[in-house]
Amino acid sequence: MSCWQTIQDYGLRSLGYGERLLPREGYTLCEHFTLIGSGLIWNVYFGTVALLAGFFLATAVAVGKGARNPVVRKSSEWFIFIFRGSPLFIQFFFAYFLFLSLKSVSPIFDAFTSAWLGALVVLFLNTAAYSGEIFYGALRSIPRGDVEAADAYGFSGLSRFRKIIWPTMLRLAWPAYTNEAIFLFHATTLVFFSGFPAWQQRGDALYYANFFADKTFNPFVPYPILAGYFILLTLAIIGIFGLINRRLNRHLPQEARRGLRLRVNVIR
Amino acid sequence: MRGPPHPPEAAIFSFCADPASLEGLKWLSCYLTTVKHANLYIATGTVLLLLAITAPTALAFGFGGAIAARSRIWPLSWFGKGYIAIVRGVPDIAFFLFFVIALDQLFEAIRHKIKCPTWNQPIWQGNDFVVCSAAKLPLGNDPQWVHDTYGFMLAVLTFAIVFGAFAANVLYGAMRAVPRAQIETAEAYGMTERQTFRRILVPQMWVYALPGLSNLWMVLTKATPLLFLLGVEDIVYWARELGGSANARFTDYPHGDWRMWYFLALLVFYLGLTKISEVFLERLMQRLTHGQATTGGDAQRQAA
Repeated sequence: MSCWQTIQDYGLRSLGYGERLLPREGYTLCEHFTLIGSGLIWNVYFGTVALLAGFFLATAVAVGKGARNPVVRKSSEWFIFIFRGSPLFIQFFFAYFLFLSLKSVSPIFDAFTSAWLGALVVLFLNTAAYSGEIFYGALRSIPRGDVEAADAYGFSGLSRFRKIIWPTMLRLAWPAYTNEAIFLFHATTLVFFSGFPAWQQRGDALYYANFFADKTFNPFVPYPILAGYFILLTLAIIGIFGLINRRLNRHLPQEARRGLRLRVNVIR
Repeated sequence: MRGPPHPPEAAIFSFCADPASLEGLKWLSCYLTTVKHANLYIATGTVLLLLAITAPTALAFGFGGAIAARSRIWPLSWFGKGYIAIVRGVPDIAFFLFFVIALDQLFEAIRHKIKCPTWNQPIWQGNDFVVCSAAKLPLGNDPQWVHDTYGFMLAVLTFAIVFGAFAANVLYGAMRAVPRAQIETAEAYGMTERQTFRRILVPQMWVYALPGLSNLWMVLTKATPLLFLLGVEDIVYWARELGGSANARFTDYPHGDWRMWYFLALLVFYLGLTKISEVFLERLMQRLTHGQATTGGDAQRQAA
């Protein structure tokens, strides 16, 4: 079977299109690359959607943690503590079994027991907590002069936040936030190992890499392929976030613009 | 009524003799002290043991990696820098799954070369990894605890390799953060390079390394449930086992699907661990800052 045929058969296998059965024998290099790459679609989906949605909640949580109202402040602090203080792996398990029990209460929760929604919700809340903490740190280090200047120009309330504080917060938080994004994409590999079933063997990149390693007893082929894919993904994220960073800092004098300094993290 | 279809479960409290008649808190206290639950508590101990062994091992790996990266001998320096760099771009969980199989095969292949030199077939036969039975790890006739310990040791080594790379990165940065003047002063006093390293650089680097290492510790505690993926019967395994619906035919304590509550308990356990670590690390930072040439050290001197 030619490699082109394999790509047609398994290129979208993780979404349920193409060949129904996974390869049974042979396990060519082409099949490795195609299936693991196909699984990567899920990692990109989880990472992108959780990051975009989490961004807004993170802003809210960061502002909430800095708020004067004790109820808002305490609840934001607890939200951040709970999601940052416990392992994501346990959060996935807990959420899955929670949704499983809620299913008997109301059929609304049916969709939540499958990975595409249930795991997404967990990742969304998790990244919101981590980014919220980053944004909160940035909010606290906004130069006082900026805010005073805004006051002097007659900005107040929402317009001051939207035009002055929020962009400055993003600018300060961006390197750490890039890190968080990379970190989140890496964390998406946990989804199918933590209760959420890979229905009809539709899994993510690590799911297929693990499948091959189990079948061939040879970890030296699938995992390096997975690593290669993830390094490419990481580079893509750094590229995109670098562009946004340039735009956020476009008003600064050339030499003051710092490139992104990156420090990649481990598991959450 | 035909009597209990299963042997009665041993109990710690005397009032647990007849579980069917119990209610409320009493029932719960009996339920939580069954022999099966002891596995969960032992597994909690396993997690703490893993932390206790892995943290110093990873630190040692990190120390070695940092020294290698600083070395003037270029193959060593490349090795150190490569070790630091390679573990960072890739999801750690992939490393865990990879190293557990790879290390196991490495050990078996080495033992195979030593113990069965007459074996003439290749180790890799298509999709099979074949070594002679004397080289198997652990040996097929070993008792269960050897299997368990071997699995646990593999997990520890895997954790140490992955977290060692991160620790190496932190320590490498910390060694470079020690003010140059301190090293020059040591040299001016006529210390050799080795003496400078041991007496000046290493004692001073910890205060710079601690923020990074604390962060790493937090990450390490949160990585411990991944033991489950490495095939160790850890708290995640037992939470799933014990939480699943228990039928009255097999146990004195029947209940529905309680896995949600078990994982909630694990969540709380980890939150507690995080809180304790935070408090402890803050104190340690206070201690280490004492007398250092940093802003924190200055603040302490002024307060005193």
